[in-house]
Amino acid sequence: MPSATLLDAAAVARILTRMAAEIVERCGSAGGLVVVGIQRRGAELATRLARLIEEAGASPVTLGKLDITLYRDDLSAIGPRPRVGATDLPDEIEGRVVVLVDDVLYTGRTIRAALDELADFGRPRRILLAVLIDRGGRELPIQADIVGQTVTVEPGQRVEVAVIELDGRDGVDLVEANRR
Amino acid sequence: MTGLGKDLIGLEHLSADQVRLILDMAEPFKEVSERQIKKVPALRGKTIVNLFFEASTRTRISFEFAEKRLSADTVNVSTVGSSVLKGETLVDTARNLEAMRIDMVVIRHPSSGAAGFLAQRIRSNVINAGDGKHEHPTQALLDLLTLRDRFGRIEGLKVAICGDVLHSRVARSNIWGLLKLGAEVAVSGPATLIPRGIEQLGVTVFPRIEDAIAWADALNVLRLQLERMESGYVPSLREYNRVFGITRERLSRASPELVVLHPGPMNRGVEIDSDVADGPHSVILPQVTNGVAVRMAVLYLLAGGGPDWRAAGEER
Repeated sequence: MPSATLLDAAAVARILTRMAAEIVERCGSAGGLVVVGIQRRGAELATRLARLIEEAGASPVTLGKLDITLYRDDLSAIGPRPRVGATDLPDEIEGRVVVLVDDVLYTGRTIRAALDELADFGRPRRILLAVLIDRGGRELPIQADIVGQTVTVEPGQRVEVAVIELDGRDGVDLVEANRR
Repeated sequence: MTGLGKDLIGLEHLSADQVRLILDMAEPFKEVSERQIKKVPALRGKTIVNLFFEASTRTRISFEFAEKRLSADTVNVSTVGSSVLKGETLVDTARNLEAMRIDMVVIRHPSSGAAGFLAQRIRSNVINAGDGKHEHPTQALLDLLTLRDRFGRIEGLKVAICGDVLHSRVARSNIWGLLKLGAEVAVSGPATLIPRGIEQLGVTVFPRIEDAIAWADALNVLRLQLERMESGYVPSLREYNRVFGITRERLSRASPELVVLHPGPMNRGVEIDSDVADGPHSVILPQVTNGVAVRMAVLYLLAGGGPDWRAAGEER
C-alpha cells in the first residue's frame, strides 16, 4: 500500500507535457530526434514523450527502447534477472540527438549501463537524459537534463512509478521499502 | 526455484520450469547476435575453459561464440596437445585449471557421466557439452527452441527421433526435454539401434520410418556413425538409406508443415538426403543460429554467483 501519493494521473500527464516542451526547446524543432526508453517503465514513458514532442512541433521523432540488464555491473551480487526485455534501437543513432528516458533516477547505475549500451550501437551527437522523478541518492556522477519532479526520499522509502500500460493506472507513490 | 543451480549436466533432472526459463532467456540473446557489435558485457571478467576430449566443430564454436558475445575470457583445451595425452586424469586437469582461477568449465567427453563426475569435484560451474551416450543438454535445448519458434509451442507437438537412438546423447536429452514440456515423442530406426524398454519412458516406437513420418509434426534425424556399420548394427550405409533414410520420396506424402531437424554433422545420402537437408522442411541452419542464443542463456543463468542464488538453485 502506498504511504503517500506524490503524483496522480493528471499531474503525470501535465509533467510529461512540460518535459516534452522542454525537450523541444533544448533540441529545436529540426526533427531527427531519437527518443529511447529504458525498459520497462521508461520505455512506456518514452512512447508518450515521443508523441508529445511531435505534438509540440518537433517531428519526426524516432522511438527506441533499451534493456540494460546485460550491461549491469552487479550480476554476481543479485544473480541473473530471469527476465531480459527487448533492445530495439533505430538503425542509425550515429550523429543524432538521443533523449534517454527513464522513470526514476536514483543511483545512476542504470544510466551508466544505458550509456555503455548506446555506445555499442553508435556515437550519437548528443545524449540528453530525461527522467520523470529524480529521487537523489546518486552513486555515480550522473545528472538528468530534464527532470519531471525532484523528490526527497527518507531512508527506508521507495519511489514507485505506475504506468497505465503495465500497471493499469498512472501515478507516482512513495512506498515504505519493506512492503511490496 | 529461480535458477539452474551450479551446473547444467542434463535435462533429466531439470524441472519443466527450468527448461522454459532457459528457452525464454534465449530470446533476448538472439537479438544480441543480430547487432552490429555482437557483444554485451554481462560475463566480463569471467574465465571459461572449453575442455574438449572429443572432436567437435559446431558445438565448440557455438559455445565459444556464446562466451565471447557475453564478454567472457575463454581458453580452449582439446585432447590433442594437452597433458591428457600424458596420462593426467580428468579431475587433475580440472583442478589445475581451477588453480588458475577459472569460473566455468564446458566439457565434452567420450565417457557417459564425465560431466557430472567433474561437477561434483570442482567449484566452478560445469556445463555438459556431450558426455558419451548420456546427455547433450544444450543441443536438445536448441532443438526445443527451434521447434518452439516454428510451432509457437512444444506442448502437444509430435516429435519423432529417427536413427541411432541407442548410442545418442542427443536423443536422450531431447526425450527428457520434450516429455517435460508436454510433447509426444516417438523413435524410429533399426531394431538394433532402439534401446530396449524405451516405451517405459512414454515413447512410442515406430519400426517403419514411413509410419513415423506420417505421424510426426517434426523429425529429429540423428547422425549415423560409420562405426555402427563396422560393429554390425547396420548391414550397410546404402541399405540404411534405403530403409530408414529421410529421402525426398518419403517426404513427398508428408504434410508441408513437417519440420526436419538434424544435430549435425550430416551424412548426406545416408540418414538424410541432400534434397531434404536443403529443402523446405529443413530447419537445420536455424538450429545452428539458435544454438548460440541457447548457450548464451545457459552461461548467463549459471554465472550469477551470489550465495542466495546458488542455494535457491540447488533445491531441484
